[in-house]
Amino acid sequence: MGKPTNVTNSIRALRFSANEMTQAGLADRVDMTRQTIIAIEQGRYSPSLEVAFKIARVFNVPLDEVFHYPEESSSTATSAKK
Amino acid sequence: MSFEEKVTWVNTVTTVIVVAIYAWVVGGQIAENPVADIAYQTPMLIAVGAIIGLTIAGVIAMAIGTAISAEITGEGSVDDIDRKDERDITINRRGDLVGYYVSSAFMIGALAVTMLDYAHFWIAHAIFAGLLVAGLTSSVVKLVVYRRGY
Repeated sequence: MGKPTNVTNSIRALRFSANEMTQAGLADRVDMTRQTIIAIEQGRYSPSLEVAFKIARVFNVPLDEVFHYPEESSSTATSAKK
Repeated sequence: MSFEEKVTWVNTVTTVIVVAIYAWVVGGQIAENPVADIAYQTPMLIAVGAIIGLTIAGVIAMAIGTAISAEITGEGSVDDIDRKDERDITINRRGDLVGYYVSSAFMIGALAVTMLDYAHFWIAHAIFAGLLVAGLTSSVVKLVVYRRGY
């Protein structure tokens, strides 16, 4: 089964670079459950924009350093411009 | 597993067990007696009460178990018990929406059974089945979404 969202993230790496912050620690900081942080890290849940900003703020980085969305293919991008 | 997911499991398991007992008690009489003579009212009220009561008791027991487990193992936290976030709320909404559609379909069936002058027994059971199936469907959708993600 494919992942339900195309949004990927670097939360795991950011947690490790932030003094190995635990999932529970991050959950407490953004007022979410640990299970939701796990689901976000595994790509099983895309958080709301508000929670995404909160997570980015915890690591003190811009939003697009935390969450990534794949680039559109060139043909799609070209047809969209027409 | 989040506390909300555990609550959904408790509700699902409780409903299945109570319905199985109800079906055994009342369903067994259908072959032997005319439905008009079957005293289903009291067992049905007991079943509804049991589902509500046992679910509440199960959730309380689970909360106590979670708190004790958090103290002993150090995994999780007592705070997790009443923490509910946007993911839980969205999953609940999705499950409830599907349950609403199922419930609506059964209510149309109950309406049809009433218009066709079926016995009260069948009308009551069409409504009862609607509530149970809607609740179970809603719970199963929630559990699947919790596991699979969206």
